[in-house]
Amino acid sequence: MAFVAFGQTPKTQVKTQTKSGRVALVLLMPGLIYLGLFFITPLISLIMASLKQPAPSGIIGQYNFGVEFGNYAYAVTQYAPQIFRSFSFAFIATIIALLISYPIAYYIAVRARDRPLLRGILLTLVIAPFFISFLLRTFAWKQIFSNDSWIVNVLKDVGIFGADSYIIGTNFAVIFGLVYNFIPFMTLPIYANLDRLDMRLVEAGSDLYASPATTFRKITFPLSLPGVISGTLLTFIPISGDYVVASRDFLGGPGTAMIGNVVEANFLRIQDYPTASALSVMLMAAIVVLVSAYVRRSGTDDLL
Amino acid sequence: MNRLSLGRWLLPTYVVLTFAFLMIPIIYTFVFSFNDSVKSNIIWRGFTFDNWLNVCNQQVVCTAFGNSLIIALSATTIATVLGTMIAIALVRYRFKFRAATNLLLFLPLATPEVVMGAGLAAQFLDLGWTKGLSTVIIAHVMFTLSFVVVTVKARVATLDPALEEAGRDLYGNPFQVFRKVTLPLLLPGILAASMLAFALSFDDFIITQFNSGSIETFPKFVYTAAARGIPAEANVIGSSVFLVAIAIVLIVQIRGSRKAKKLAK
Repeated sequence: MAFVAFGQTPKTQVKTQTKSGRVALVLLMPGLIYLGLFFITPLISLIMASLKQPAPSGIIGQYNFGVEFGNYAYAVTQYAPQIFRSFSFAFIATIIALLISYPIAYYIAVRARDRPLLRGILLTLVIAPFFISFLLRTFAWKQIFSNDSWIVNVLKDVGIFGADSYIIGTNFAVIFGLVYNFIPFMTLPIYANLDRLDMRLVEAGSDLYASPATTFRKITFPLSLPGVISGTLLTFIPISGDYVVASRDFLGGPGTAMIGNVVEANFLRIQDYPTASALSVMLMAAIVVLVSAYVRRSGTDDLL
Repeated sequence: MNRLSLGRWLLPTYVVLTFAFLMIPIIYTFVFSFNDSVKSNIIWRGFTFDNWLNVCNQQVVCTAFGNSLIIALSATTIATVLGTMIAIALVRYRFKFRAATNLLLFLPLATPEVVMGAGLAAQFLDLGWTKGLSTVIIAHVMFTLSFVVVTVKARVATLDPALEEAGRDLYGNPFQVFRKVTLPLLLPGILAASMLAFALSFDDFIITQFNSGSIETFPKFVYTAAARGIPAEANVIGSSVFLVAIAIVLIVQIRGSRKAKKLAK
């Protein structure tokens, strides 16, 4: 539950697992077979596609099965800046989202603990951006920051911006959009964790003459780490693969393309499936490394 | 103002400002749904109800919206059934390969959408399947399934098995016990899960773009329209979906807090 800690986990689990394995099998199999067919085999298809070679016919989009590791070398040399940008954008945006979200989660979970109505309203507001299309809210930011918007004009009037400065298309705009879109993914797991924080531990800290800052540093924050880690993964993973925010039609520009943009362009536009697949496989591999560190720490039962 | 009260007001002020920031694009989208715009909807040209009254003047917007509804409803139904079965098995039964099952269910949650989208598209390409409504539904069931399992599982774990035992003691057969005892008790969890699945499916863009071929969905329409300017009708649909979703959440919240009050008495 730690990973997708969107709700509260019941602490007292009623343990009555029966031995009847056959019923379990009937319940499990349809769903697991489904995931096998449409999640696992596609990943294998992806790996195979990343090793394909162009068909002798030379027609665009025609490839034969092969073992062409050169596709990976090509993808890395050709798209090194985009790969680097994806991970640095994801890293920076995740850190900023954490800094913004933690106080919010803390306020809702700890300060508003005895006020259920306030808490309900605030939680609804945290998830409110989810209810308006991801693309519409990103496009709204594009218009708010567009070249003739009042924000840009004010910045020019004040003198912070030169006459030909702009926001849309810069790294700042893309990171800004990524942070905005993924704040709820960071806030909810931290909230779910802090919600279970035992206030007696915090009181014990102040009883022992620790300042509020020390109590936070030594008690509250270390206890909330599982929530912070869940939130970090839930934010970092989707950001590293996103290509809407960095798209030129949204907040990005010619110099902001991320891995997702390259995969989209290669797969759906120029039909260079091997390169697109090689990039996807590398992205997946990086995520698997990241997540397996997490799994080793918390075990598989805590995953869901 | 002395230091103490400054410290006391710092956090609430920060919370208010951050929430104001979170609301900006939502309010912007809503306001511009009333813009008296011609084609592109960038500059404010005056207030009108026209966009709301004639949403389907932009035929494409409505077709895309309809497709998104069909896809979300179908995918939600299938994912909810499959996911609920898995959730019950995970909490109630002991079986081998539990660790592998957990991992298999967890992986889709930890995979970037672009990887799932490209992988499935590569598979459809190998199989020679034509992309369309059915391939989008297949894709959406795949990526929403684990979310359903997680949500329903939390509810199954709170269920007291003694209630089902009572059903069996009263000579209910397993099917009757499930239908009359287990299912009604799980219903809030199943509803929450299906609402989540619906929302995820309805708003999905990346996986959909890779697997939809020429089928237009609402997010796909917005993405392609972005290059030349999104029509105000799209803002109308976005805003209405937002209002309906908020209304549902508020109703659930109010009912929940009433129940809590009753229990407190």
